[in-house]
Amino acid sequence: MELLSGGEALIRALQDEGVEYIFGYPGGAALHIYDAIFQQQAVEHVLVRHEQAATHMADAYARVTGKPGVALVTSGPGATNAVTGLATAFMDSIPMVVISGQVQSDLIGTDSFQETDMVGISRPVVKHSFMVKSAEEMAEVVKKAFYIASSGRPGPVVIDVPKDTTDPSYRVPYAYPESVSLRSYNPATRGHPRQIRKAVDLLLAAKRPIIYSGGGVIQGNASEPLIALAKRLHLPVTHTLMGLGAYPSTDPQFLGMLGMHGGYPANMAMHHSDLILAVGARFDDRVTNDPSKFCPDAKVIHIDVDPASISKIIPAEVPIVGPALPVLTELLATLEERLKEAPELVDEAARSAWWSQIEGWRSHHDFDHDQRHRNEAEAIIKPQTVVQALYRATGGEAYITSDVGQHQMFAAQYYRFDAPRRWVNSGGLGTMGYGLPAAMGVKLAFPDAVVACVTGEGSIQMNIQELSTCRQYGLPVKIINLNNQALGMVRQWQDMQYAGRHSGSVYQDSLPDFVALAESYGHVGMRVTDPAKLDEAMEEVFSPALKDRLVFLDVAVDQNEHVYPMWVRGGGLRDMMLSKTERS
Amino acid sequence: MRRIISVLLENEAGALSRVVGLFAQRNYNIESLTVAPTEDATLSRLTLTTLGDDKKIEQITKQLNKLIEVVKVVDLTEGEHVERELMLVKLRAVGAQRAEIKRTADIFRGQIVDATESAYTVQLVGVSSKLDAFLRAVGELSILEVVRSGVSGLARGEKVVSV
Repeated sequence: MELLSGGEALIRALQDEGVEYIFGYPGGAALHIYDAIFQQQAVEHVLVRHEQAATHMADAYARVTGKPGVALVTSGPGATNAVTGLATAFMDSIPMVVISGQVQSDLIGTDSFQETDMVGISRPVVKHSFMVKSAEEMAEVVKKAFYIASSGRPGPVVIDVPKDTTDPSYRVPYAYPESVSLRSYNPATRGHPRQIRKAVDLLLAAKRPIIYSGGGVIQGNASEPLIALAKRLHLPVTHTLMGLGAYPSTDPQFLGMLGMHGGYPANMAMHHSDLILAVGARFDDRVTNDPSKFCPDAKVIHIDVDPASISKIIPAEVPIVGPALPVLTELLATLEERLKEAPELVDEAARSAWWSQIEGWRSHHDFDHDQRHRNEAEAIIKPQTVVQALYRATGGEAYITSDVGQHQMFAAQYYRFDAPRRWVNSGGLGTMGYGLPAAMGVKLAFPDAVVACVTGEGSIQMNIQELSTCRQYGLPVKIINLNNQALGMVRQWQDMQYAGRHSGSVYQDSLPDFVALAESYGHVGMRVTDPAKLDEAMEEVFSPALKDRLVFLDVAVDQNEHVYPMWVRGGGLRDMMLSKTERS
Repeated sequence: MRRIISVLLENEAGALSRVVGLFAQRNYNIESLTVAPTEDATLSRLTLTTLGDDKKIEQITKQLNKLIEVVKVVDLTEGEHVERELMLVKLRAVGAQRAEIKRTADIFRGQIVDATESAYTVQLVGVSSKLDAFLRAVGELSILEVVRSGVSGLARGEKVVSV
């Protein structure tokens, strides 16, 4: 058997796991590992400028490829800087493995230089964590980490690696385990057939059913059976922020996103439904509003791979524990069997009445997918129109990452995602600074794809140092900066709830010249302020001439624009502000 | 409602901290906690008492089950069970108090396991409410120090919690 040091074994194990990239930043405790990286070519290391960015790159890589992303940081501050990225991935159930260097074993607990209890500090925001005890167990720990990160409800796993376990002078036989089994960890692989039959009965009996799906359908690769089911029973579909793209947004059966900033038709249809088929969604507080007023007439079928998500907030009539793909596939097959025997079970009359009710909501208020008239009327660029211009310029085909705030909601509302894994954002944790590194992770995963980061002048500055990484690795992502010169979502809440007292949400003329900033890193900077020039500028960003360049498009947008709809706090899903003055 | 949750846990470094961390992180309450290895050296048995309604207890057991090192979770209070807690109490024991304490300990089937000229240490085993009653009976004035093990329990009958 081949003899490898612990550091070499770690990197070889990553190779054996099929890892393409490690996003990382070196430091004392990780140097043996870095030396092992240097002596091989199969796994490419991407040097970031801040560890938080490394974790977001790994996270976004995982979101679009479905394979766990890998980040490597050193001990102490390297490890603590990775915590935000771990929490981001944890909240959105993203498979990720973060390897942190640790001080040598005999210094642990002595407050030594760059020591921090990484296993302890990350505990609440990881699916699991390991501290490597010896070089001998390195390969097995890596295998377990990848297995845990990517199975069941995915999530981030930390491997904390004391420096002595990677010592190049101590070599051990290396063999990567074929498989791994943990007696205490057996995630469900399919749903219970009896529960699935019950779900089919409820679906057939419902008069006003709706599909509400989330990130579990994206991560679980269950888009196909979800679409087939919706088509088969002509069901309306709504998605959470994390679920966008699972069902084609341009299809008439799609009602738009639901929740706090969800569309009027989606929220109204949910509120008035008599059956909710929830798939890979967790009734998060940004979806339900007041749970006691949530969808008063609806029974719930809840499909989720994590039993703890079921009946946590909203009680489920039919709980089905299992991954979305096998459960939906089996549900469809069961449905077909029932319909073969008794096709009359589909209540066409009820369905058509339900759809006419939905069309009524749609015609009352829906997203206006071309708001250029608003720009012209006020001679100012409305942020929504920037997303719409982006949609036109990219033909709806781009990978869109976003940061957090108003621009994120506008992107979710107005970029119409027709395929899964195209929309990459920090939904659960709401991490500002996510967008740029995420775009970089996507670009590395799919170098030929068009990747745009919709951001704002607040969020982009939280990881703007990565423009340098983009320069080093030639990552031609497009940054669309919705610059309203304020922390827009904070400002919006202050407008709505604090009588316009803009506490801590303005910069007082301290913003950088983003064009010059981008250029100083060797990128292309552009600025547009005139609504009439928006489309032209957007075309240029995505023009063949700039295909291989990072373009930073700084767009001056209306500072007073709010995101609507916005629900009325403490209400049900039907209680929304539709504009500054209009209530549902 | 008070519940006794019994957990089989991998006997590994850090496993206990995950259980305790989960309770802190999710704002669940721990009334008592006791943990020790079992006859199988790879497993620890942890017993904790907590308060919560059915919905909360369901979440607690589900969240505990999600921890990778948790092998099994059982809510003992769901069925018939035996529960015991051990208490050692050091009591001031001078003059007439000595006989009085001895009598009270006998009534509660306690044993005096250590004695000096001025103090007795009484050992008592029982359900938690019996231990509470003993403390009330001897009175606050004579209590010098109390240590309680927290509740341990097993299901009645043939039922066992095993891997």
